[in-house]
Amino acid sequence: MKGLGASKAVTALMLAGLVLLPLYSQLSGNIFILTLFTRIVILALAAASLNLIMGYGGMMSFGHAAYLGIGGYAVGILAQEGVGSGFIQFPVALAASAAYALVIGALSLRTRGVYFIMITLAFAQMAYYVASGLARYGGDDGLTVYKRSDFSGLINLSNRTQFYYLCLVCLLGVIFVIWRIANSRFGLVVQGLRSNEQRMQAIGFPAKRYQLACFVISGTMCGLAGALLANNTDFVSPAVMYWTRSGDLMVMVILGGMGTLFGPVMGAVVYLLLEEFLSQITEYWALIMGPLLLLIVLFGRGGIMGLLGRVGRG
Amino acid sequence: MAEPLLRVEKLVRRFGGITATDNVSLDVASGELHAIIGPNGAGKTTLISQLTGHLEPHSGSVSLGGRDITYLPAYRRCALGLARSFQITSLLLDFTAADNVALAAQAHAGTSFRFFANARKERGLRDAAHAALDRVGLLHRADVVVSKLSHGERRELELAVALASKPKLLLLDEPMAGLGVTESQRMVKLLQELRKEVSIVLVEHDMPAVFALADRISVLVYGRVIASGEPAAIRANEEVKRAYLGEQHVVRHV
Repeated sequence: MKGLGASKAVTALMLAGLVLLPLYSQLSGNIFILTLFTRIVILALAAASLNLIMGYGGMMSFGHAAYLGIGGYAVGILAQEGVGSGFIQFPVALAASAAYALVIGALSLRTRGVYFIMITLAFAQMAYYVASGLARYGGDDGLTVYKRSDFSGLINLSNRTQFYYLCLVCLLGVIFVIWRIANSRFGLVVQGLRSNEQRMQAIGFPAKRYQLACFVISGTMCGLAGALLANNTDFVSPAVMYWTRSGDLMVMVILGGMGTLFGPVMGAVVYLLLEEFLSQITEYWALIMGPLLLLIVLFGRGGIMGLLGRVGRG
Repeated sequence: MAEPLLRVEKLVRRFGGITATDNVSLDVASGELHAIIGPNGAGKTTLISQLTGHLEPHSGSVSLGGRDITYLPAYRRCALGLARSFQITSLLLDFTAADNVALAAQAHAGTSFRFFANARKERGLRDAAHAALDRVGLLHRADVVVSKLSHGERRELELAVALASKPKLLLLDEPMAGLGVTESQRMVKLLQELRKEVSIVLVEHDMPAVFALADRISVLVYGRVIASGEPAAIRANEEVKRAYLGEQHVVRHV
């Protein structure tokens, strides 16, 4: 029980930090930290959505960044075409992500293991090249979002603090939903399929439809992250869908702890802070980052959450 | 005669040049415990796999309660009342014993596309799980993770999982495999109880157990049923004796 205490304490500390961050930013006049953490919270949301299929569902998707792009382009393209309302942009972003997930999932879930990893990767790269080809929307150079999503006075996305809190609420909302799902009938079936698909079939569960539904839910959540990300950077480009970005998300999930509720958030915070910190020290920051990640994964099975569990137990 | 619960007709399954299931026909009546025995490599597991839907036959048919299920996927057969245990224990190792059984009950109690309510707090499912665990004597281990259960307990849990789906027909693939003497005796006792409630097809190597339990026995050798009948008749059958006693002799020369 003590072990559980350690990871709980650290999680609580992290959440308190995230909630109080704008206050600190205001008092210290450090605006940069708020911008940095807005990005961290958005990518934590993306990582949390990936964790739903990867950690709980055992589906190693290597193309999750595609949804960041789809959500982002939905916002960017609509803004360009004169539809500035967030009440339209966000639902479209989610629906487009869900539709993409449905098609890609239906095709990818015919395969297993390495083939599943490769086919999800291939589809994401396809989305990347399609976006590069959208000449009307900036092609390779990307698309500038001149005006952030307009929620008719309900919330002002151009206000840094309000936008940060919107992202944080979205993150916590998504984690709440994942928590409910994980313990629901549906969640138990999906986790059972991760554990032993043959057994689940034998007791009467058709595997694919549950996995596909899970895949779609996860993709939709990540589309939300994409829509927020486009608003955060006022810009969307094919680069957000590049396979290295999908890899980053996977690293965040594994680093924090697959199949744990707050692991991906922890992973995103640690990964992106390390990246920021190390890249200020040296140009060759990846040389330090790589071995560091290796060590954590090698010695901390179950990621940071797993490590905390064992530290607490002594 | 009434329609048999399970009817297998002229089933054929080949692997390359080997005919693992060679024109197998057999009937299992409702309420019967039908044992399938045979030397190693006789094709027992291949036959079972075709009954459960894990393997498709090349020809022939399987019907359950008059309904053709030859090409139905495993999960559909389960919904029709066919449950199985695996020869090599196949459970959800990172779930508790109760979770394993509750999931089997859940598969037969309404839709599992429910995303919000905590399934572990559903009384109906938990009660069904506990009842099935109690049935096999595992209730005291309900909240233990399967990977921490002993081999014997896992065999019993396999049975509980199969029972939780309230099957009409139970296919047991070597339930005594790897059990010690006392564990085997417990299992035989348990099966003697269960057979009062559900029809059973039992594939087993343990001959004393088979002869103690079975109403009828089919003997499979090289994919063919060479004899089928009551235990006394099988015991007296010359061809069966030859198949068993001469097994090593035959294997050496083939």
